[in-house]
Amino acid sequence: MSQNFEQKDTKLIEEQSKIRSFKNQKKKTLYMDYVFEVSPKSSHVKNMFWAYVIGGLICAFGQVIIDLLVQNGVEDKVASVFASCILVALAACATGLGVYDKLGRFAGAGSTVPITGFSNAMVAPAIEFRSEGMIYGLGAKMFTVAGPVVVNGVMISFVIAVFHLVLGV
Amino acid sequence: MLINIAKAFLMGGFICMLGQIVINLTHLTNGKILVMFLILGAVLQAFDLYQPLVDTFGAGASVPISGFGCSLVNGALDGIRAEGFFGAIKGGLQATAPGIATAIIFGYINAILFKPRTKKK
Repeated sequence: MSQNFEQKDTKLIEEQSKIRSFKNQKKKTLYMDYVFEVSPKSSHVKNMFWAYVIGGLICAFGQVIIDLLVQNGVEDKVASVFASCILVALAACATGLGVYDKLGRFAGAGSTVPITGFSNAMVAPAIEFRSEGMIYGLGAKMFTVAGPVVVNGVMISFVIAVFHLVLGV
Repeated sequence: MLINIAKAFLMGGFICMLGQIVINLTHLTNGKILVMFLILGAVLQAFDLYQPLVDTFGAGASVPISGFGCSLVNGALDGIRAEGFFGAIKGGLQATAPGIATAIIFGYINAILFKPRTKKK
């Protein structure tokens, strides 16, 4: 008898937990729907247009720097590295002045995907968390977004290089 | 020179538009988009597919973060040719060190010069 009771009990508890998890899921989906509804909707086409224009302009500006450097007798490969350094430096200053955030608000990926977005992702937290100290504030928070980029980049380049070494390409 | 700039505009804009499409569809954060495009560029370069883009479109392909991934892989592969396994370890960072170091140096200077802004809505 007692065993039977226990079985019933466990069944009851199972059912209850099932119902609970179902309700939770429903809540979760409801919440996600709500978030989706509330978050500002901007038209996809407009977003893509601005991303194209701003991203294109940043790359075109990089090309202007490269061409100017090459005209002044800098080697091709060095010029491209130098140009991205100049872009990174300019983006860092623009972030400091607060210009880059304004640009990013309507450019979206147009300001994130170019190397200037990488620079912005490093400098913005550095400025914001300086108040927490020069070492654990500025020094550590600088790499909150750039860290994953560098870590993943180094790892994947190492893995690819080892593959090439093993396969003997 | 104008043709070069137009090419860079077209290709750079296209890559950024791809990023915007991904953001629109998945609502990923900026950091994940950066890592995604970095890996995309690196994997393409592993099959020697990205360098041709850089050669034809110039800054249009090298300025987006996928170009950063491409030069990481290029550095590592060059390292292998020069020094073998040791080159594979140091080559990637060696090729991209100028960009990262510039970001650190100018980021540090800017963080000292400017005070954080309160975000206005």
